[in-house]
Amino acid sequence: MSTFTLKINNIKHTVEADMDTPLLWVLRDHLDLLGTKYGCGIGQCGTCTVHVNGNAVRSCLLQVSQAEGMNITTIEGLSDNGDHPVQQAWLEHDVPQCGYCQSGQIMSAAALLKSNPNPSDADIDASMNGNICRCGTYVRIKQAIKTASKL
Amino acid sequence: MTKIRTHYNRRSFLKVSAAAGGGMLIGFSWFTGCTSDKKIKEKVAIPNEWFEINGYIKIGDTGMVTIYSPNPEIGQNVRTSMPMIIAEELDVDWNNVVVEQAPLNTGIYQNQFAGGSLSIRLSWNALRMAGATGRRMLLEAAAKEWGVAVSDLSVTKGIISEKNGERTVDYGAIASKAVGIEIPDEIDLKDINSFELIGTSKRNVEGENIVTGKPMYGLDFKREGMQFAMIQHPPAFGMKLKDFNEEEIKAMPGVKDAFIIDIALEDPSWSDEKGFLQLIAIVGDSTWPLMKAKKAIRANWELISELENSEMHNRILETALASGKAQGSRKDGDPDMAFSKAAKVIERTYSSPFLPHNTMEPMNFFANVTDTSAELIGPTQTPEALEGSVSKLLGLPLEDVTVNMTRIGGGFGRRLYVHFGVEAAAISKKIGAPVKLIYTREDDMTQGTYRPAYQSVYKAGLDENNNLIAFSVKGAGLPEGPVFPNRFPAGAVENYSAEKIDAKTNITTGAWRAPRSHFTAGAEQAFLDEVAELAGKDPIDFRLELFDRAINNPIGEKNDYEPERYAGVLKLVKEKSNWGESIPGVYRGVAAYFCHHSYVAEVIDVVMVDEKPKVKKVWCAVDCGIVINPDAAKNMIQGGVIDGIGHAMYSQLTFNNGEPNEINFDRYQLIRHAQAPEDIEVFFVDSSVDPTGLGEPGLPPAVGALANAIYQATGQRLYKQPFMNNMQLQELVG
Repeated sequence: MSTFTLKINNIKHTVEADMDTPLLWVLRDHLDLLGTKYGCGIGQCGTCTVHVNGNAVRSCLLQVSQAEGMNITTIEGLSDNGDHPVQQAWLEHDVPQCGYCQSGQIMSAAALLKSNPNPSDADIDASMNGNICRCGTYVRIKQAIKTASKL
Repeated sequence: MTKIRTHYNRRSFLKVSAAAGGGMLIGFSWFTGCTSDKKIKEKVAIPNEWFEINGYIKIGDTGMVTIYSPNPEIGQNVRTSMPMIIAEELDVDWNNVVVEQAPLNTGIYQNQFAGGSLSIRLSWNALRMAGATGRRMLLEAAAKEWGVAVSDLSVTKGIISEKNGERTVDYGAIASKAVGIEIPDEIDLKDINSFELIGTSKRNVEGENIVTGKPMYGLDFKREGMQFAMIQHPPAFGMKLKDFNEEEIKAMPGVKDAFIIDIALEDPSWSDEKGFLQLIAIVGDSTWPLMKAKKAIRANWELISELENSEMHNRILETALASGKAQGSRKDGDPDMAFSKAAKVIERTYSSPFLPHNTMEPMNFFANVTDTSAELIGPTQTPEALEGSVSKLLGLPLEDVTVNMTRIGGGFGRRLYVHFGVEAAAISKKIGAPVKLIYTREDDMTQGTYRPAYQSVYKAGLDENNNLIAFSVKGAGLPEGPVFPNRFPAGAVENYSAEKIDAKTNITTGAWRAPRSHFTAGAEQAFLDEVAELAGKDPIDFRLELFDRAINNPIGEKNDYEPERYAGVLKLVKEKSNWGESIPGVYRGVAAYFCHHSYVAEVIDVVMVDEKPKVKKVWCAVDCGIVINPDAAKNMIQGGVIDGIGHAMYSQLTFNNGEPNEINFDRYQLIRHAQAPEDIEVFFVDSSVDPTGLGEPGLPPAVGALANAIYQATGQRLYKQPFMNNMQLQELVG
């Protein structure tokens, strides 16, 4: 076990964990930041997406030792009042069904809009293709991203 | 106005549940406001005192109303739509309502399960009555207070007024007097034409919690002193655990205990695990060390039955179809004779593979077992079945087992089966502490209750005037044949036969979103498309012709559908999609299907992009009776369409030596963003029929409509799912 200092949602946290512990499990088990979900553990489903220095990253593949010194944002820190344009647009389109994958979808969408404020359909497909939704909310997600781009 | 008798349910409605007392839900309960929390706090103050009106309704002194939603929420949005029905009859302002999940309580609630698209259909009357009795109790209390008759009063949005007077009182102010008040044997339900809430679109009551990542799911549940646990099951169906390197695993960092659990029950029910009853359990205080320890397990397994593989499964199905040993059947007229006289005969064979459910939230459950009680908290579609199985396993009376439901990260039938909750209970008992069991994605995908594998042969005969004079279907399944003998086209064809053949496998299977219907709809609707083509008829007109026959001159006595409603959705989708209008480069397929008491017709438009077929747009027409929450209902249908397209096109679970080959999303393909349609339009038939379900019926027709559209685009008929395989288009559709 080693000690790591992580900057998450602009707050510094000190955790003790094995150095190969994925950031996902540090967030969930050590820090009770439970909005970031576990889906596959191999970076294929996107439910665990967080922002690392502004980029969408699968937290199940990032070891805690690699996360030190990075600016990490989770769904809990995406906005102060749950009013990030992507969150607002998600509510406007009433996107979620079961909702489990949605924090990952929202984090991917927010990162996309930051780097590309007016994405085309093809841009959205390319950026969001790593986020799976078994309920099939893809049509609404695309509509919500377009709405968010105008907010 | 509909009268409804109250006395059967009066006692249970009036019984105030101890478990349903304030803030009951499992440590991470909060108000789920029907508007935002902020807005509701601006509008109605948090009450100082709550009054239980009945098991579904609690009213605060400020007028805030809590409605308990009885059924599991798996994404079908019942946590919004069920309380809407109560709020309608209670006559309250939806903005003043907060919703809480009810615990399992068979004394108050009925049918507390999520399955068969039945939540709304089975609870429609009970929920209306819960609201109406609540409203009546509040009116009785006001009438008593003012010394007038209930008939002298009216109520609008939670405010009671004298019809010929000045006095008004809101529900919050009168609620304390309504507790336990007597109500008459018969009370009025609203006329459906005067609904104000039902039929309007209300957003998901948990939308804000979802988009801000609040902990709501079973996987998120934590309690002080709780341990984490993982299991390891045998690698192949047909194997059983003997022993494992227990001491080595126990010595690993972060592991507190490791042992074998046995969840075999003397008299298991349909919802109990049948495959892997002895499992290795590892316990620790966080997840990652357990994942590492799982990889270090070295176990001895013994062979208890044959190790199966996919080639063998195909062979078993083919042999079963050839054997002619049917388990269920229907025969109208003389199909053999009719086929022999037919001018044209067409026969086609369809198949689909085993499929895992792959809910995005893997199986998990919290259990806290003591010598005298068991507390279960987590994602289950069947809390009552779980209560029963845990009671049997631990030898505890039912009343000492409690089950609370978290929000559920996808159901699709997977969580009708309760073994993961039972496993959690067994682990908690062994360690004498609260524990949460978590499956890895690999555990989830390899210890499934899979969608069965199917193969069916369809045959049709046309006379010289291209009338359908004979139709037969013979379907075999591992383990159950995919045939509904009394569904369409039964009743529409004079000479008809349907045979269902069950075949054996040791792969564990179960209900998977629209069980059997997902396959039969795809096969039958693709087949009818080919028959219509052979007859030289438009596929919609051909179907409507058959429905006309079923309406005017039905064959047989027992046909499980209403042909008028079936034809109705086809006509609606024909109109809305401008069927018949030809758009260059757009290729269309149509299908219609009836299952789970709802009728859905779909038109799928496919375009060729870089010589690859891509679904561009889907049109859906739906008859599910009264629509409670229209925009959410559309969401359900849209999801079903994407789920249907995705699994038919891309997904399969294959076996080698009893082991699933696809164990995570690197090899198993679920449909992704870029493969989804750009738009899905949904239209509902205006109806005053009691509402039926929507979780499943949107999926099955998508399979047939997709096959038919791809045929128009590529000239290739598709018979085997996933379509990707036999189109030789792996690269094309990827």
